[in-house]
Amino acid sequence: MIYLELFLGFLRIGLFSFGGAYAAIPLIRETVLSYGWITEENLAYMIAVSESTPGPIMVNMATYIGSSQGGVFGAVIATAAVVAPAFIIVLLLTALFKSLAENRVFRAGLSGVKACVAGVILATGAYMAATNCFEGSTVFDADVTALVMTAALAALYFGWGKIFKKGMSPLVLIFIAAAAGVLVYGWK
Amino acid sequence: MKLLIELFLTFLKIGTFTFGGGYAMLSPIESICVDKKKWITHDEMTDVTVIAESTPGPVAINCATFVGMKQKGILGAFAATAGVVLPSFCIIALISLFFDRFLEIKWIESAFRGIKIAVGLLIIDAAVRMIKKMKKEPLPVVLLICSASAMMLINVFSLRLSVIVLMLGAAAVSLIVFFAKRRSGREEAG
Repeated sequence: MIYLELFLGFLRIGLFSFGGAYAAIPLIRETVLSYGWITEENLAYMIAVSESTPGPIMVNMATYIGSSQGGVFGAVIATAAVVAPAFIIVLLLTALFKSLAENRVFRAGLSGVKACVAGVILATGAYMAATNCFEGSTVFDADVTALVMTAALAALYFGWGKIFKKGMSPLVLIFIAAAAGVLVYGWK
Repeated sequence: MKLLIELFLTFLKIGTFTFGGGYAMLSPIESICVDKKKWITHDEMTDVTVIAESTPGPVAINCATFVGMKQKGILGAFAATAGVVLPSFCIIALISLFFDRFLEIKWIESAFRGIKIAVGLLIIDAAVRMIKKMKKEPLPVVLLICSASAMMLINVFSLRLSVIVLMLGAAAVSLIVFFAKRRSGREEAG
């Protein structure tokens, strides 16, 4: 039953994603790949599309996967499931939030979760960047074009922040990478 | 009723014109809801940011629900949340209809091969930013290194171990350390 799977899958994502969309990417990736809803490749594409269209990235991903798996109704289910935990928790917390935020036990637990999430995102990002460059099963099957592009884009993106003090917008990076992709991989 | 419609339309506008996800929405929400409409105060805005960071779910949803709730109870929360979700829902539902066919066009496929590389970098960047904000104490640093290594192993060997298990484990470890410290602190004092 695809609707139930979509609901449970995205409810799980909505419940365990602390710290915004990028923090949720490892969990989204794990969920959608294990259900076989989308390929690794298309997932990376959708992250870019979600980043380049307005709205919360997690909602965008839920809508896309819901729609591709179960049409409009699937999209509604997945989106509602990803939104519901945040909605309900905030409703409950508005009243008693201050006491919870100042609770030292809660803060101690949360700081552990945050450190873990940072590590998990780092590993996921590094893994995704590496699979772009090494498509084969061994380290020696390097895709040199992708390797050079990764290095160049990384230098541009991280160097920009150092030189101009203000980081480059993700949207600009995506645009430059798209243009570079067309130039390098051809347009016909 | 008028306030409900206003909440809905305001968040509809925020949802339509903010690119780049939840954190990018914080500043428009602040300028509209705090400065212009005076729906919430600056202090409450800071609270929302903390709530958004310490509760699960999309940051924008947390904010919209909070502001709506403050103004008009559960109905208000519903109107604001629906407003902020609706634009991206419609846009993405539309895109999903023709995305696969779109990718069959050569230059678009090439563009996305480039974009895929950018996405990897953006995720690394998000992690680096989180690490910079972290307290540089032994425990979080150890948890960070352990979880990054565990996640790398999970990815490389396609292990069936969920991120959620790692998160719960990290929470458990930091709680144990917290209580152990408190206890030894008490013993020293006593």
